[in-house]
Amino acid sequence: MESLLAIIYLVASVTFIVGMKMLGSPATARRGNLVAAAGMGLAILGTITLYTNSNGEHLHNIPWIIGGLVIGTVIGWMMAIKVKMTSMPQMVSFFNGMGGACAALISLIEESHHSAMAGGAHAADVGTSLTIMAGLVIGSVSFSGSIIAFGKLAERIGDIDVKGQQFVNILVLAGVVVVSTMYVMGTMTGMQTLVILAVLSLAYGVLFVMPIGGADMPVVISLLNSFTGVAAACGGFLYGNMVMLIGGILVGSAGTILTVVMCKSMNRSLTNVLFGGLMSKKAGASAGGGSGVQGTIREVTAADAAVLMAYAKQVVIVPGYGLAVAQAQHVCHQLEHELESKGVTVKYAVHPVAGRMPGHMNVLLAEADVSYDKLVEMDEINPEFPTTDVVLVVGANDVVNPAAKTDPTSPIYGMPILDVELATHVIVMKRSMKAGYAGIENELFFRPNTAMLFGDAKASLTALAAQVKAL
Amino acid sequence: MSTETLQLLYLIIMMIFLGVELIMHVPSVLHTPLMSGANAIHGVVIIGSIIVMGQATETLPMILGFIAVILGTLNVVGGFVVTNRMLEMFKKRQ
Repeated sequence: MESLLAIIYLVASVTFIVGMKMLGSPATARRGNLVAAAGMGLAILGTITLYTNSNGEHLHNIPWIIGGLVIGTVIGWMMAIKVKMTSMPQMVSFFNGMGGACAALISLIEESHHSAMAGGAHAADVGTSLTIMAGLVIGSVSFSGSIIAFGKLAERIGDIDVKGQQFVNILVLAGVVVVSTMYVMGTMTGMQTLVILAVLSLAYGVLFVMPIGGADMPVVISLLNSFTGVAAACGGFLYGNMVMLIGGILVGSAGTILTVVMCKSMNRSLTNVLFGGLMSKKAGASAGGGSGVQGTIREVTAADAAVLMAYAKQVVIVPGYGLAVAQAQHVCHQLEHELESKGVTVKYAVHPVAGRMPGHMNVLLAEADVSYDKLVEMDEINPEFPTTDVVLVVGANDVVNPAAKTDPTSPIYGMPILDVELATHVIVMKRSMKAGYAGIENELFFRPNTAMLFGDAKASLTALAAQVKAL
Repeated sequence: MSTETLQLLYLIIMMIFLGVELIMHVPSVLHTPLMSGANAIHGVVIIGSIIVMGQATETLPMILGFIAVILGTLNVVGGFVVTNRMLEMFKKRQ
């Protein structure tokens, strides 16, 4: 029986690897997800029915386990089905946090188990203490960090910039390191030590994510994702459980690389993303002010913008996070439809990091039935801008900021952008003149060929579509 | 260091390389679903919570274990369903 479970775990591990591989290509991604899910189901089922501990005893409390599984399935399923496409990133963050909390709880229970066995004394050997500690610390950081990231993406928590936070962060981190070391060495033992460690780790997770800007949350989530992977692997080490070890390490490693790749596509280093908010907020602001962005802006009415677009040959729409926030993807598709019925060629220029996650815009526009061939990637659309009559920027900012090409002092200098300023006319839809998420001014708005259309993206697009239709 | 621990270490190192290889050349459009899929896979931590719950005898470990099973399941089920929904959006584009 034991070897059967081992084989089940082996099969499940293979499905994780194959599933992850398949997720990497558009044609097989969906099947890949299902393959991994099937493997997971198999591993869970196998554990419940076949697992025996070192004394050869089967698991107890089966009704409770099944009850927990049912409750978790119902809640998880409902949440995942109900969530809007635009809120997907925070949902991923939330579920990631749940995994982290699960890993932390496992460590707590293991410790109480060991303490009880030894009548309060420190019974576990160094290796066991180390994995219990690592699972607890990493799981807790991942949990509280993910919940903060979730809150930030849902715009329930703003960017908080407190003076001297670096010191607090370092202090708390030092506390975590000291208590962890003492626990592993055996100088501090028992449940209360782990509870202190959990509290410190939870606090560190909050402090760690708090100063990072909302725009960088995808990178943070990806990093916390790999943390949870490592926390799960700690559990695997603890029980000598291969499927936990393989699944956990695989995600830990893949998640780390994914984090680095995401940073690269924004042309920033991971350190800059994680600690930039702490260290250079003031320096960045003064540098941004020094770039000398000034001049007058020109406003345009929806009626004028509609005329401009309806008589254009080619209109390129640049979607950004504003489109997602306003839930304006359907109206946007409608405007595209109206323009096309007037004989205008409409394309969408999708920047790789537009929105809050890579691929965010593709998912959003696909939901509104915008056909795939109209979504053009940055490298393909950039040569077309000089021959484009009108560019309509819908709630995007940093990805169309020319400072990335011209101003070496700009925090986004070097990031590849969409060259919208080369088009004949640029219409920018924005809620206000507020700077983008990177917190920098955009000189595009002050260019003579740029006109601003202020207001909520959905309201503006609705007005535009109606005006174009009426022409 | 026992042979078993050493073997586990070998396995970990190999898995790290495999993880890097799997992700290195993925188009940026798929980063979000991939992250979400990986998120569901680390839900494998559920196995640990089942084992710990199945061996608990006292009240506190029982309660904590029960919560751990629920949270782990949330991670697994929510993770896979969200990923599937994201990928459904890509389906009609093929």
